[in-house]
Amino acid sequence: MLDHPELKRLVLGRLTWDAIPFHEPILLWTFVAVALGAAGVVAAVTYYRLWGVLWRDWITSIDHKKIGIMYVILGLVMLLRGFSDAIMMRAQQAISFGHSMGYLPPHHYDQIFTAHGVIMIFFVAMPLVTGLMNFIVPLQIGARDVAFPFLNNFSFWMTTFGAALVMMSLFVGEFARTGWLAYPPLSGIASSPDVGVDYYIWSLQIAGVGTLLSGINLIATIVKMRAPGMTLMKMPVFTWTALCTNVLIVAAFPVLTAVLALLALDRYVGTSFFTNDFGGNPMMYVNLIWIWGHPEVYILILPAFGVFSEVVATFSGKRLFGYASMVYATVVITILSYLVWLHHFFTMGSGASVNSFFGITTMIISIPTGAKMFNWLFTMYRGRIRFELPMMWTIGFMFTFMIGGMTGVLLAVPPADFALHNSLFLVAHFHNVIIGGVLFGMLAGITYWFPKAFGYRLDPFWGKCSFWFWITGFWFAFMPLYVLGLMGVTRRLSHFEDPSLQIWFQIAAFGAVLILLGILSFIVQLVVSFRRRESLRDTTGDPWDGRTLEWSTSSPPPAYNFAFTPRIHDTDTWADMKRQRYIRPQDGFNAIHMPKNTGAGFVLAALSAVCAFALIWQMWLPAGIAFVALLSAIIVHTFNYDRDFHIPADEVVRVENARTHLLAAHV
Amino acid sequence: MTPPYTGTPVHTGGDAEHGPEAGAAHSSLKGYVTGFVLSVVLTAVPFWLVMSKAFDKSSTTAVVILGFAAVQIVVHMIYFLHMNTKSEGGWSLLALIFTVMIVVIALSGSLWVMYHLNHNMMPASMHDMRNMP
Repeated sequence: MLDHPELKRLVLGRLTWDAIPFHEPILLWTFVAVALGAAGVVAAVTYYRLWGVLWRDWITSIDHKKIGIMYVILGLVMLLRGFSDAIMMRAQQAISFGHSMGYLPPHHYDQIFTAHGVIMIFFVAMPLVTGLMNFIVPLQIGARDVAFPFLNNFSFWMTTFGAALVMMSLFVGEFARTGWLAYPPLSGIASSPDVGVDYYIWSLQIAGVGTLLSGINLIATIVKMRAPGMTLMKMPVFTWTALCTNVLIVAAFPVLTAVLALLALDRYVGTSFFTNDFGGNPMMYVNLIWIWGHPEVYILILPAFGVFSEVVATFSGKRLFGYASMVYATVVITILSYLVWLHHFFTMGSGASVNSFFGITTMIISIPTGAKMFNWLFTMYRGRIRFELPMMWTIGFMFTFMIGGMTGVLLAVPPADFALHNSLFLVAHFHNVIIGGVLFGMLAGITYWFPKAFGYRLDPFWGKCSFWFWITGFWFAFMPLYVLGLMGVTRRLSHFEDPSLQIWFQIAAFGAVLILLGILSFIVQLVVSFRRRESLRDTTGDPWDGRTLEWSTSSPPPAYNFAFTPRIHDTDTWADMKRQRYIRPQDGFNAIHMPKNTGAGFVLAALSAVCAFALIWQMWLPAGIAFVALLSAIIVHTFNYDRDFHIPADEVVRVENARTHLLAAHV
Repeated sequence: MTPPYTGTPVHTGGDAEHGPEAGAAHSSLKGYVTGFVLSVVLTAVPFWLVMSKAFDKSSTTAVVILGFAAVQIVVHMIYFLHMNTKSEGGWSLLALIFTVMIVVIALSGSLWVMYHLNHNMMPASMHDMRNMP
């Protein structure tokens, strides 16, 4: 059938056997390893007959708790990929001096640093943040699910299929070689004619839809579904930061979608929005993408601040110091994050007035951030601090993030930025705030809420190993980059001539090895904790003597979260309830109205991914078919009226009685 | 999309102790007709301005059309999205103010930034280029 060249192009587009990298041994062996691993997983799932469970209880689940857990798993899996890229770059830079060219050709190296940035931001940090918000926010506000449970499942699968497209680029074709923001003209069709940038555009567009929808979902949840009595100023701080983050998502992500759509038009149909000639202006792309990009970093860090606020209050055994100032600082950061985007391109030719305006707004943003830092310190002051793992991550964060914040203020001074722009100093700065802030925050959050999600605590010994490897590894890996940056070394280089620099790169590579040990310790921690789960079991639902509502239910919470919707009288609701000698109701349960699982989200996201893959390879016929199928699936889903059910009262009684027995047996 | 899920009998926001008028304002046939007529007028006039070349300068036409577009947005919000200062307990108004603020920041900021870049990076002549600061 495919003998006819026209028809062949319509169906297969640019895809040929040349797209599979048989000639690159590193990729080939990676592919073999991934294929064997995947075959092993498939075999294991089949052997243990888990396909049905996987489909019914997880893939089609619209329970916010399971979706939250799946987001975190996605983030952790992608962390392994993003970190493999990182350690490959560190190894390359440590050996590629003088006559040695290292082991990665520039063509491959450029794809690695692009993939590293894209994956770490979009498919590690974002899923971890969204996952924690998804799991915790409904529990903290006393709701039974999010406002739009089906949409939540759909958002998750859009994000996951976006990640799958990036992974696919490893073995089918190639990824962008443009850096993680794909600036034109380099990302334009003239300089990047192959599929790399198209993979970039379509994977981010698909994941972006998921992120935007989950933002809308969580805003609606927080605004409309708080338990009675929970006024805005009685919301837990994590929920406040989640609200602000989702407002940022809803306001910022459409800009990313629009700017990537314009870039796609430039590449596919020959428009000239961002070209050098025909009236286009590449600087407009840089301007627009940072209007999204700066709020994006606050989208990531605000929930981490929320986690630290919860952790510090819990493990100091005190109410959070300065709750109102914490809320106002969060809101001020939300607004200010829209007023600083130009500091990412001070050197690109704006005049003194523009540069000083954005320099000053950038410095101002450090004031509410500093206020938060003092709030945490004052919460700890005269508290009974318990140095459990989440608290250790928090203190590690305070030390590390402070340095990152100060180098950020340094970079906010335009004349200093002229010396440091695009240098390794900048690379060290943003890793300092993203690892020290976002990642430590997410790890604190995961260790803090893990018992709530799974019913047993994480093993502290391996957690402490992970913590110490991560934090020392971080300092070894990134302090040399500050030094190199001050000496003028620019980022994204795959080869160096000056041998005196090599020692610094070797120290950084050593740091990356320590971080590797940190990640391995974390995996060991998960395995060991699972094996020791009986001795680490949390029977009370409140293993840390927590203060907010999520600790009032069992661990793991029942499908309906709360048998009765609680009434809120205080910011630290659960601490208040414990103080008032709250007695858990043991009868009078009613049937509970709940949303029903559906496979529609998975199907829609899969069809979107097929459509995107066909567009990347310019297979116009499959793209058209997939698009029509996508529209049909949406229309079919709108006729699905079988969307809810009632958990019978007997079932609720059974679950609640089981908990009553458990509590009585362990008092 | 599924409607907002209200699983339990008690599911109002904590600070929204409001009566039956709390949700989005409802519209009548009259409201929809008014909105429709206004939209048609606000679309037809810009078409006529372009077709008949009513203004000498095309930049004037562009500015006037943008003005009509802004009014059109307001008409849609009032008659089709049923927004007023009280709907959803004031949340729609708050969201609108925030949106307007962000749009103004993004548009005016972009114009300012791009104007500066253009001014500094695109010298009119080689003479200007030599005398760059």
